[in-house]
Amino acid sequence: MSQKSVMPGFRPTLGYTLLYLGLVVLIPLSTLVFESFKLSWDDYIHIITNKRILSSFQVSFSASLIAAAIASVFGFITAWVLVRYSFFGKNIFHALIDLPFALPTAVAGIVLATIFQPSGFLGHLLSNLFGIQVAFKPLGIVIALIFISIPFVVRTVEPVLLEFETTMEEAGSSLGATRWQIFTKIIFPNIFPALLTGFALAFARGVGEYGSVIFIAGNIPYVSEIVPLLIVIKLEQYDIEGATAIALTMLVISFLLLLLINLLQFWVRKRSGQL
Amino acid sequence: MSILLTDISKNFGQFAALNQINLEVPEGELVALLGPSGCGKTTLLRIIAGLEHTDKGRVLINGEDKTDQTVSQRGIGFVFQHYALFRHMTVFENVAFGLRVKPRKERPSNEIIAKKVHALLDLVQLDWLHNRYPDQLSGGQRQRIALARALAVEPSVLLLDEPFGALDASVRKDLRQWLRNLHQELHVTSIFVTHDQEEAMEVASQVVVLNHGRIEQQGSPSDIYDHPANAFVSKFIGQTNIFDFDDQNNEWLQSAGLLTANQAGKIAHVRPHDIIIEKADTSNTASAILKDFQHLGALIRIELIKNNANGSNAPVFAEMPNEQFKQLKLSIGDKVKLKIRQAHWFH
Repeated sequence: MSQKSVMPGFRPTLGYTLLYLGLVVLIPLSTLVFESFKLSWDDYIHIITNKRILSSFQVSFSASLIAAAIASVFGFITAWVLVRYSFFGKNIFHALIDLPFALPTAVAGIVLATIFQPSGFLGHLLSNLFGIQVAFKPLGIVIALIFISIPFVVRTVEPVLLEFETTMEEAGSSLGATRWQIFTKIIFPNIFPALLTGFALAFARGVGEYGSVIFIAGNIPYVSEIVPLLIVIKLEQYDIEGATAIALTMLVISFLLLLLINLLQFWVRKRSGQL
Repeated sequence: MSILLTDISKNFGQFAALNQINLEVPEGELVALLGPSGCGKTTLLRIIAGLEHTDKGRVLINGEDKTDQTVSQRGIGFVFQHYALFRHMTVFENVAFGLRVKPRKERPSNEIIAKKVHALLDLVQLDWLHNRYPDQLSGGQRQRIALARALAVEPSVLLLDEPFGALDASVRKDLRQWLRNLHQELHVTSIFVTHDQEEAMEVASQVVVLNHGRIEQQGSPSDIYDHPANAFVSKFIGQTNIFDFDDQNNEWLQSAGLLTANQAGKIAHVRPHDIIIEKADTSNTASAILKDFQHLGALIRIELIKNNANGSNAPVFAEMPNEQFKQLKLSIGDKVKLKIRQAHWFH
């Protein structure tokens, strides 16, 4: 580090980075940790092993994982369409993709709740045709999370697809590979690391999502209550300690899961010679 | 296997990339498709491969009509200008790819695949790199791996799109020689595209010169050099001096010993080595002034100005071996006598 670098400005830029990281990320998060120290270990265990809270963890994380997986599939297809084909209105399509980024999540939540509730347009259709109820069930949460997380996948996969050399596909077919073999053996392995990043972003967003979920979820204890909602409930009851305990647990689990995804990504890149 | 193209035409919108191409490539030849950029040579190669569809005409490989077959059915090997190696696979897996994607019934066992891949990597002298990824190789190594990969499926014909285009000069020179030797060893009918006439002459056993989507001439390298079919080929292959037929030039060419009778209205193309230079004893017999000379290894290129030039005339270039030039003891500004051995006349 003491060596002269070709790129000047290492010290000031690193300094600013650490300063802002401290102010914006580390201080709030460490406050959370310190706040939770006010609780004894037994109290902490007692709070988070509450059945209602455990089931909300289950709902939050499983819904986020499922939603991220589905968003990855559809996000990939969407990115594929945007990169590989040109069609009328493609620019509008581009703008539409980003809409969930910009839309207040509560608006998305209210809209989704309106159309998916049993008397709503899609909700009515689904329950009549297939007997599926979406609103006020974990399925509703999944749908809300897919809605808000698809752009994360599209926007991470898109640049990698753009960069992808199509001559690799031509080389594959000149060697006798079928379209399917070219997709599974050439295109997908090259896109997979980016897709994993998209998945991780979608998942992280899903775990923390509040506004778009609470309207469609119905928030029925033990069924469709998400963790962020429980934190809000605890806060409204001035149970700061309870809220901190839940928040800290969530922080740790999220961190571990993201770490796992990153390791997986590292392994995939290494295995495919991209590191 | 022989390749036969009949009446191939291809348009990109209004632009006619290929215009009624008829071409026969006999079995075992190494053919160069040569032409300036935009002449349609790559398009023609991609049509033979099946990577591009022809608007009209048929593609026959070994007598079999392949026009409506996709690239994966044609049994060809294709080498891309920028290698197109699979970035996420090791060198070994790249070469094995064509064998691994075969239908289950035809797919060789893992042992046979491994044996074959290592044999091919030995052939291109790169077996020691089999565990590396393409990003870790140099350009020349990548191109050789790409060639090994194309050969793995035992193609009936090998098609190479500007195979040395992305390499630097010294690597290119080595690889040309290497490709020629490899072809002599394998005898697989091969076509390669190039815009570099030197490369075409050096590597190919047959050269096809293309321009504006048409074939200008097909023949052996010496044939094309010594007997160019038209002015384009003469200009494109090697160096040439061009003289319009006007009174001034006519007189000058005659004084240099060239017979210009019956050539009225034509243009004379004279190769630099067909101009013989002698020291002029008197200034009366001199026909040119030595302006400059450059060393090109074993040859000297001599830049001359015609003595009847009125300033704006283009220089005339002559070439002769180094030794011979030294014996003449010429220096810049000397008057010289020229003798033109022969010229090609074109309209």
